[in-house]
Amino acid sequence: MHKKNQSADEVISCRNINKIYQTGDVVTQVLFDVSFSIKKGEFVAITGPSGSGKSTIMHIIGALDSPSSGSYSLDGQDVSQLSDDELADIRKNKIGFVFQSFNLLKRTSVLRNVILPLVYAEVPAGERHQLAAKALRAAGLDEDRWQHLSNQLSGGQMQRVAIARALVNNPAIILADEPTGNLDTKTGEIVLETFRRLNKEEGHTIVLITHEADVAAHADRIIYIKDGRLADNL
Amino acid sequence: MMIKDLYQETISAVTANKARSGLTILGIVIGIASVIALIAVGQGTQDSIKSSIQSIGSNLIMIMPGAQRSGGVSSGMGSAQSLTLDDVTAIGKEISGIKAVAPEISKRYQVVYGSSNTNTSVVGTDVSYQQIRSLEIEAGVFLSAEDINASRKVAVIGPTVRDDLFGEDADPIGKTIKVNNINFKVVGMTKSKGGTGTSTQDDQITVPYTVAQKYFTNNKYVSTISVSAESEDDLSLVQEQITALLLDRHGKTEDEADFRIMNQADIVSAASSIAGTLTMLLAAIAGISLIVGGIGIMNMMLTNVTERTREIGLRKAIGAKKNDISNQFLAESITLTFLGGLIGIALGWAIAWGISQFASLSTNVSWSSIFLAFGVSAAIGIIFGYYPARRAAKLNPIDALRYE
Repeated sequence: MHKKNQSADEVISCRNINKIYQTGDVVTQVLFDVSFSIKKGEFVAITGPSGSGKSTIMHIIGALDSPSSGSYSLDGQDVSQLSDDELADIRKNKIGFVFQSFNLLKRTSVLRNVILPLVYAEVPAGERHQLAAKALRAAGLDEDRWQHLSNQLSGGQMQRVAIARALVNNPAIILADEPTGNLDTKTGEIVLETFRRLNKEEGHTIVLITHEADVAAHADRIIYIKDGRLADNL
Repeated sequence: MMIKDLYQETISAVTANKARSGLTILGIVIGIASVIALIAVGQGTQDSIKSSIQSIGSNLIMIMPGAQRSGGVSSGMGSAQSLTLDDVTAIGKEISGIKAVAPEISKRYQVVYGSSNTNTSVVGTDVSYQQIRSLEIEAGVFLSAEDINASRKVAVIGPTVRDDLFGEDADPIGKTIKVNNINFKVVGMTKSKGGTGTSTQDDQITVPYTVAQKYFTNNKYVSTISVSAESEDDLSLVQEQITALLLDRHGKTEDEADFRIMNQADIVSAASSIAGTLTMLLAAIAGISLIVGGIGIMNMMLTNVTERTREIGLRKAIGAKKNDISNQFLAESITLTFLGGLIGIALGWAIAWGISQFASLSTNVSWSSIFLAFGVSAAIGIIFGYYPARRAAKLNPIDALRYE
């Protein structure tokens, strides 16, 4: 029903996505016919004012939610009509999340936090430490912090632990939701540079969700959302 | 999620909030410990009732008069005078498979020695009574055939009577006591048999039945006939024969029997069933505290789910499935009840030991009560942990991540 023009290097492909919420008799449509694609190895920012629907887009491409209509394929797999547990598998294998409020496990070591996705992916215990160490190095966290508890770190360090956690499963995309929102400008810059480096040197596909124009400016391409519609591909 | 990982997650979650985990466990500990301790008290009581009934004699059959009836009025069991000394003689002669038979003419009297006096049970009986009731002599001698035949006013007293009249450790042999204003010479004292309540033979004076008949009742009737069967297997057979004989002698049919006959095995099983009911009652009361402990678990787990909503959201975002989440919370509640169960069993055992040491109540911690307590605590973990675990699993990851 949709034209199949997805090229091989497209990692995200959204076609005519609509999202409608219904609470009782009140029907709210937050996304209107949104179509876009992101290629492998791209660094893209999705931006727009609050209430524009960018969070809803983030939830859909993050496989946390399904579109009401339209199709979404991630890494060549259609994920628009999957069950909760199937979506969990997609998140486990293909997506690395970085959140505004870090969402690290409290009173838990840095290493254990980074290993957590490997636990759900049932990676053998012997390989976990090595993978976590690799991800922590890539995220740029000094090795002497690895045994610290997550609540003993600064904001910037916490966000780098979160980035390492997102990297550890070698996902198809890294989805960062306002990653600098809880950081001061300087620390935010360092975090954004980390994304830049991961994109350039390691070839990770990065999708950055932000409402700040100067944060979005760090990306190669900006997808602008306004009132639930794609405004412009800059 | 692998079992080892589940275990590790559970340990870290339980130890993350030690005070709260500890208090939750305490609820289960108290429940399990009280179940174990109270069942131990109940079973100990059951055992001691059994052994004290067994101590009143060996393979004993007792025949008592039935209720006296005049018109429609019943005066209650044992009030009738229907058993006679001739019945005793007949049983001794005609029934096979019995070791001994003895009449008992018992009444309660005030017994006086000097300025001391006590109210006790006075039993007039025969020589064979000693064998039937397994009485052992501590000092002096038991009644002899000559005492009976010559109607000598001699008495064998129980240790409690000695304590009451002469004082502990006093030698009562040869002393003269007054029973119903008649002087009796103490010739012997029985060994203590223990036991409690009014049925104890430690608080009893035994005299020749001929004397009791002559001075106390002045008729041919007896209060009880005690028979000792040769073996436990013969009990019911002997009982049937005696019943048939007495019915025949009294000229009654089975429906109008003017006596009641029971054997020791029946008494033991009746008393055991009463004690068993008591044990169940105690266990049920303790079980209530176990349920309260379970509700404590559920309360803590619900609080936990609410507090850790964001963590649940994160776990779901990085790929945890519904079952991963519910297993994790279920494992936590089962671990808490399991720990509580272990500690509770140890504590219950200690309490049971303490009761037997300091409260002179015998206790008996049985394996079945331990398995029961363990099973119940595991079941509580599953039942009361299930709802919070499902609630955690059902959380929508988007809402959970946003939860403040």
